Amino acid sequence: MKFQQIDQFAAELKVDTRAAVYDGSKKGHEKRTKLLFDEFADPDALRRMAGDIKQHVIENLDTYLPAVEAKMKANGVQVHWAATAEAANEAVLKIMRARGATKMVKAKTMVSEETELAAFLEKHGIEALETDLGEFIVQIDGDHPSHIVKPIIHKNRREIARSFEREGLGDYNDDPQTITRRARNFLRHKYLAADVGLTGANFVSAESGRMVLVTNEGNSRFCLAATKCHIAMIGIEKIVPRDYDLALFLNLLARSGTAQEVTVYTEFISGPKSPAQPDGPEEMHVIFVDNGRTEVLASECRDILRCIRCGACLNVCPVYRQASGHAYRSVYPGPVGAVLSPLLMGDKFAQKADLPKASSLCGACNEVCPVNIPIPDLLLRLRNKAKEENVPSPGTPPMGAWALLASQPTVWRASLIGGKVMNYIPTKLIPVPALQAWANKRALPEWRGGEFRKWLKNRPKKTKP
Amino acid sequence: MLNAERAPVTGKRVQLMATCLCDAFYDDVAAATVEVLEHLGVEVVFPEGQTCCGQPAFNGGDWVASRKVVRHTVKTFAGDEPVVVPSGSCAAMMFHGAVLEFETEPDLAEVEALGRRTWELGDFLVNGLGVKTWPGKFPATIALHRACHTRGTNSIAAAVTLLKSIAGVNVVEFGEAEQCCGFGGTFSVSFPNISSAMGDLKLEHIRAVKPDILVSPDMSCMMHLTGLAAKEGQPIKAMHLAQVLRDALKAK
Repeated sequence: MKFQQIDQFAAELKVDTRAAVYDGSKKGHEKRTKLLFDEFADPDALRRMAGDIKQHVIENLDTYLPAVEAKMKANGVQVHWAATAEAANEAVLKIMRARGATKMVKAKTMVSEETELAAFLEKHGIEALETDLGEFIVQIDGDHPSHIVKPIIHKNRREIARSFEREGLGDYNDDPQTITRRARNFLRHKYLAADVGLTGANFVSAESGRMVLVTNEGNSRFCLAATKCHIAMIGIEKIVPRDYDLALFLNLLARSGTAQEVTVYTEFISGPKSPAQPDGPEEMHVIFVDNGRTEVLASECRDILRCIRCGACLNVCPVYRQASGHAYRSVYPGPVGAVLSPLLMGDKFAQKADLPKASSLCGACNEVCPVNIPIPDLLLRLRNKAKEENVPSPGTPPMGAWALLASQPTVWRASLIGGKVMNYIPTKLIPVPALQAWANKRALPEWRGGEFRKWLKNRPKKTKP
Repeated sequence: MLNAERAPVTGKRVQLMATCLCDAFYDDVAAATVEVLEHLGVEVVFPEGQTCCGQPAFNGGDWVASRKVVRHTVKTFAGDEPVVVPSGSCAAMMFHGAVLEFETEPDLAEVEALGRRTWELGDFLVNGLGVKTWPGKFPATIALHRACHTRGTNSIAAAVTLLKSIAGVNVVEFGEAEQCCGFGGTFSVSFPNISSAMGDLKLEHIRAVKPDILVSPDMSCMMHLTGLAAKEGQPIKAMHLAQVLRDALKAK
């Protein structure tokens, strides 16, 4: 019997990995919920407000983007536009070559995962080092992040200790503090030697052209401390209208993502260093990346562009907890990824059309989303899109015959009675794949088709009240 | 969602949408629904032509097939009485799912009209009819499974209000109540491994608080959970909210 790829992946997942993902996401969700509801009388009102603001932004990108560009230019930032992942990577390479730069330190940025920037630069002889501890571990392991906020949620500390030993960062030691100290020692020298610091941005204010970066390790700040050139790669949907809006978004992002009142480092960056500042990058570039986003904007799933990459929907998702992030074969896993990743495939949508099926449509993702994205509705739209484009879907029962049955009451009633044979035939002899998939794990209830209708008809008539 | 903008209930006549699951497997749940409504003096009309709400195809992504069934349902439930359904899931299909798949169809207004008068049973009793307490007695410790399609509706609060008002009922909380049981319609057969793993976790949480009975406003979750438990040789006792209400009356 053929099942969905993600279900197979989950079934074959190592017990350790599943436990790590399950525990990490469950704890993240519980802490988030407690913090939000302890501190705010009505966190759902905040989520709705933030959702409305981001929806307004994405529906008015045509005015916000030029406004942001003008502000940034006035602030001394060089602004670039990249329609594709390739164009974004090329833009970075061009900036580096113009400076004769060969070493980059990178803060964590999802859009650079999308464009596979580090691998691209390595190919062109440029060292691009991840400095977020999780991303650093992923990089030395040649692995992929499995969570938007916690890239190594799938690893335990013993695996990490072995990786560090292999990379010559010290003898085997799985004490988290030792691991962190060793990474820090290694990275400090790299920050000093690097030519260029690359970051993403969590938000960009259209009012001031200011970009906001949040981290917990301070690595983005280090990336910009000793380097002379700052490149920020930013998805075009990252805009908020006013500086004032950041109060709402920073409150929601830290709580939703990592269950913190505020992240340890929150940086507001307006441009390159001013003459009055003793140090900091003297050159600053912002590359606004489209990479499929305008197509998403044109689709009926545009609401997904509100996403602020907090990972709350991954943490609460029962399917993500069982399958892990790698099951989704994408930079963006979990509920948000099940919508965004197939859409970002553009005309290769079919290759990831199975992702939206990996959901019981329970709605927990929508309930926790800080920008209130109706994720289940978007998953349903994409399922319909897959059906309209005739993408095969293993294990999904065909519905045409059922619809015919369910729109003809006489046939329906006859089948209710006829279904009773199910009670007498051993289930394994009934050649219906969906039934087999059910019965393999679950007992079937007794078929009692038509009994209710019979009861209703034959019961003693009551006098009307 | 349309259920937030419903007109107040007038009159004492409702149409019963029994659901395909009750039509095929759980006849006693549908019968209990009738008896509960009649106890309140409500006349229950059962449109004979009813089949299914259309949700299986909607969730499966075949909206052409689903719309065919929804159109049949709209025709079958013509009129202006409230439509009461002993399932949060089928109710949500009518006031949310169907509206989504009809958003660019010419007959959207008719679908919306049916959505506006469709009520999940507990929601109808408490928020439609204004029932706040339930008579009779039912001595049991009950774990209430929230059923995901009641998220964002008044159904679970309504079920809790009714259950807690019954003499003898003790409602126990269990861990991770916000998590799905793993049914998910076609998901249960196309993702059987993940689906059953989710169900096992739910069962674990429920068994940990040792309820006498698991109660839900939805038989689809119950079919999945009782089916899993039975297959594993550790059956659990499950009832629909309507059955508890009906049985409480009998013990009066």
